[in-house]
Amino acid sequence: MPLKDYIGFCILIALVLLMPHLVANDYYLGVLVFTAFNCLACIGLCLLMGYAGQISLGHGAFIAIGAYSSGVLTTMLDWSPWTAMAAGALASMAIAFAVGIPTLRLKGHYLAMATLGFASIIHIIAVAATEITGGPAGLLDIPRLGLFGYSLDSDVSYYYFAWFAVVAGLYFAFNLVHSRVGRGLRAIHGSEDAASAVGINTNIYKIQVFALSAVYASVSGSLYAYYVNYIDPGPFDVMHSIVLVTMVAVGGLRHLWGALIGAVLLSLLPELLSMAAAPLKVIGIAYKPDYDILVYGGILLLIMMFLPEGLFAGLASASKSGTAFLMKLIKGGSIVRQ
Amino acid sequence: MSGNDLILELKELKKSFGGVVALDNLSFGVKRNTTTSLIGPNGAGKTTVFNLITGYFGPDSGLLIYRDRPLKGEKPYKTASLGIGRTFQNVQVFADMSVLENVMVGRHLRSRTGLTLSAVLPSFLRPEERRIKEEAWHWLEFVGLERFSDMPAGALPLGNQRMLEIARALAMEPELLLLDEPASGLNSRETIAMGELIGCIRDKAITVMLVEHDMELVMEISDRVAVMNFGRLIAEGTPREVQEDREVISAYLGE
Repeated sequence: MPLKDYIGFCILIALVLLMPHLVANDYYLGVLVFTAFNCLACIGLCLLMGYAGQISLGHGAFIAIGAYSSGVLTTMLDWSPWTAMAAGALASMAIAFAVGIPTLRLKGHYLAMATLGFASIIHIIAVAATEITGGPAGLLDIPRLGLFGYSLDSDVSYYYFAWFAVVAGLYFAFNLVHSRVGRGLRAIHGSEDAASAVGINTNIYKIQVFALSAVYASVSGSLYAYYVNYIDPGPFDVMHSIVLVTMVAVGGLRHLWGALIGAVLLSLLPELLSMAAAPLKVIGIAYKPDYDILVYGGILLLIMMFLPEGLFAGLASASKSGTAFLMKLIKGGSIVRQ
Repeated sequence: MSGNDLILELKELKKSFGGVVALDNLSFGVKRNTTTSLIGPNGAGKTTVFNLITGYFGPDSGLLIYRDRPLKGEKPYKTASLGIGRTFQNVQVFADMSVLENVMVGRHLRSRTGLTLSAVLPSFLRPEERRIKEEAWHWLEFVGLERFSDMPAGALPLGNQRMLEIARALAMEPELLLLDEPASGLNSRETIAMGELIGCIRDKAITVMLVEHDMELVMEISDRVAVMNFGRLIAEGTPREVQEDREVISAYLGE
């Protein structure tokens, strides 16, 4: 992992430690906890989209599998939350193999199609299998997660725990990217023919990274379930999968930091919009949360038009040319002085 | 090692694409540690031969024998593990990766670390990672691209991209290296450098087979030349023999 990524980690950890002291109240802390869940899912999705070049339009389904595994196994079978989370991750991995093996062998966007259909099926199951999932009424009384005998009851403790999971997940992802396997994935993205010509089994690699990204999503779903202690099918519709893809694409899918930035920005966006809506109300325009989706769409459109590599790459190149411009100014200044 | 000094044998290969016959009963052999060129007019089926050997698709009929064993439709990643490296006519470097990383990908089969270990251990705790880097650096120096090591491969000029593709294939330590038009698109200075590089590769006891249109280069570096036209072998021999062959002359002059 290059030095600048370690610096990035230091900045991230500093921000995570600082945030609880900066936010005004528990509500905003809660928003940051939800942001962590999205970040975790987006890290996995970024490995799949940015590094292996495959699109999943159904990652919300793996979040649902994680959440419902945790919910059902803890409330109905009295499993420990940790075991339930591991079971959910294993189930997601197995399902990812089942969906991935037939579709990832084909060239083209078959995975996107298959996952889109799969996400609808999972959502329908969550709604219709009322005896297990509770149906539209949902599952109540999911326990909080405990750590070394302490229950993570308070929002602050869960906040630290969720962001620790993000940092750990990001760390694993970075290690992977800078390894033989990560290079293999990026090679597949670059040229599948050339990757197989040096001996990379492209199918196995694509399937493995799809399964890995499903595990990230599943863990994020489990953490969600233990945080809100109540789940219903609402948040796990197909739209949520699309929003995840949007987050990764807006931040920049070629880089893990991009995915993280995209996830944070779009997770906070509804809050920012409702803040911005207050002055609008004064001049007589009523902004409704339903309009959020319009704003999402507009942002995605603008990013794709003006920063197709995403915000992170756009900012990086802007800062580079900015530094170059400053250097020029300084140099120019010193010449003038002479 | 058997007494057979052929590393690769093509026996009565046939391949057609939707009625267009690409290969028509093609048979010939490639001797170990030689440089063999495959030449012929455009559309003669030369690249098809490469794609069959490396398993991008299978023949309709006929046999490919590599190291005394028949290839039975092994996929490209499998033929690579058998020791067959290749480059592409339309260069295929991994454009977004650095020049060094491109060659490091070539060490794929010579390293082991899987997904789980890669994720858990940071690169400085994986001694294999440093070894891969050193070995990749060696092959980068071999083709003379070390000063570009940190550049994205896509930013290299075409000639250097072709060199990089060769370094990537050499990093596999192949026994048989297939070069698909290595001098295509190169200027005369680059072509001379390419000829020298191919000579150095043969000195490493690697069997080289190339498809090429630059006749000067072909005649200079080849031990054997096979000439194809309309999917058939029309001549095979030393460069001198081939140059004097009547059928070859008429194929090239287009009678």
